[in-house]
Amino acid sequence: MRSFLAIVGRDVRLGLRAGGNIGAAVGFFLTVVVLLPIGIGPDMALLQRIAPGALWIALLLSILLSADRIYTQDFEDGSLEVLMTGPLPLELVALAKTLAHWLLAGLPLAVLAPALGFLLNLDVAVAPTLLLAMVTGSLALSLLAGMGAAITVGLRKGGLLISLLILPLYIPLLIFGVSVTTGGMGGPDITWPSYLILLAIVLLALVVSPLASAAALRAHLR
Amino acid sequence: MSMAPVQKLVVRELSCRRGGRLLFAGVSFSVAGGEMLMLRGPNGVGKTSLLRIIAGFSRPAAGEVRLQGGLADTPLAQQCHYVAHQNAIKPQLTVTENLRFWSGFMEGRVARKQLDAALAALRLGGLRHLHAGVLSAGQKRRLALARLACVRRPLWLLDEPTVGLDAESQAALCALMRDHLDAGGLIIASTHVDFGMPATRTLELRPMEAPVEETAAAAPGAPQNGAEEVA
Repeated sequence: MRSFLAIVGRDVRLGLRAGGNIGAAVGFFLTVVVLLPIGIGPDMALLQRIAPGALWIALLLSILLSADRIYTQDFEDGSLEVLMTGPLPLELVALAKTLAHWLLAGLPLAVLAPALGFLLNLDVAVAPTLLLAMVTGSLALSLLAGMGAAITVGLRKGGLLISLLILPLYIPLLIFGVSVTTGGMGGPDITWPSYLILLAIVLLALVVSPLASAAALRAHLR
Repeated sequence: MSMAPVQKLVVRELSCRRGGRLLFAGVSFSVAGGEMLMLRGPNGVGKTSLLRIIAGFSRPAAGEVRLQGGLADTPLAQQCHYVAHQNAIKPQLTVTENLRFWSGFMEGRVARKQLDAALAALRLGGLRHLHAGVLSAGQKRRLALARLACVRRPLWLLDEPTVGLDAESQAALCALMRDHLDAGGLIIASTHVDFGMPATRTLELRPMEAPVEETAAAAPGAPQNGAEEVA
């Protein structure tokens, strides 16, 4: 457990020191949210309707943008090999590193999103559910991004490949993430069913992503 | 991880294939506790690949690596130190933070005394608060080697450990290695420098046309142990 926390602590510290990881993701998120209402025009009702979806898309893309940094540095400076000689199975090392990525990129953005949502005329009533859905869903976003990062770790310009690999997996998250907040509009209330499916996806990613990441990393180091 | 005494590392009929090409085949040797094995051979002959196979990162095409003694239920990887060409150092962290992370990760705890001793052993005491990014190549190498002194593990796998080190640092590394061997540890190092360790054997890897052979003991007065048991 101490070994697990050591990795999380180091990665969070590295992310904060280098500034790049969290800065780039937040910057991108902010750009999308600020530019969107300008591009769409001053139709308040329309903005209110698309706000949750727009925030989700911004979150998803910001996380993808920072995904390729999860393993690249450790791969290049030889840390990954030394991590393999540690007492922790590589699966848990992968989980620790993705958790650190979530703490640096996913969680802050998910917390920030409802606040920034007011730029998009987000309905105050849905802000708490949106917050809940985003905090939960961003964990799966980071886990899946970690899987993509592990698969593309040795490649030059792996970022594009991560997007191609991971975007299809993000679609169910996007659908159910958005329907948590917009489900009630003109139909049966599907907030909780949607949230539970979102939770199920998170749990599935929690199991699959570390296993797949570790297998990919082992293959790369061979 | 504590240092359980390892009696012997046995490598039998090891073959390695990289990129479809057979690098070496039929390599057999054994290293006992307190012994050092030097890997020699021209570039690209497979010294690094051999070390990586022993550490368990890559799988050999044939053959096996076995540890006799040591912690039976612990994989070999967790009983060895692997110091590669890359130093596994984060430039954004200070010297102490780098070492503290590795010691915390590998042992699950950080022993302050051991940390200080390791920094002192590699003459890094005065640099401890500097960010690793500003260190020179030799200083970075010393920081990577400080792992050896900070976390005790029986088997050391060193890939060209002296690259970039000045004479004094090489002497510091020699002292560290001597202590390790005296404590019953094992060292396998690919190197072109003669460390003058008491129980040293050499494994000469040759390009695939020629067979692999082992020559015995270098240092004067060294016991000629083990060299004869392998063809």
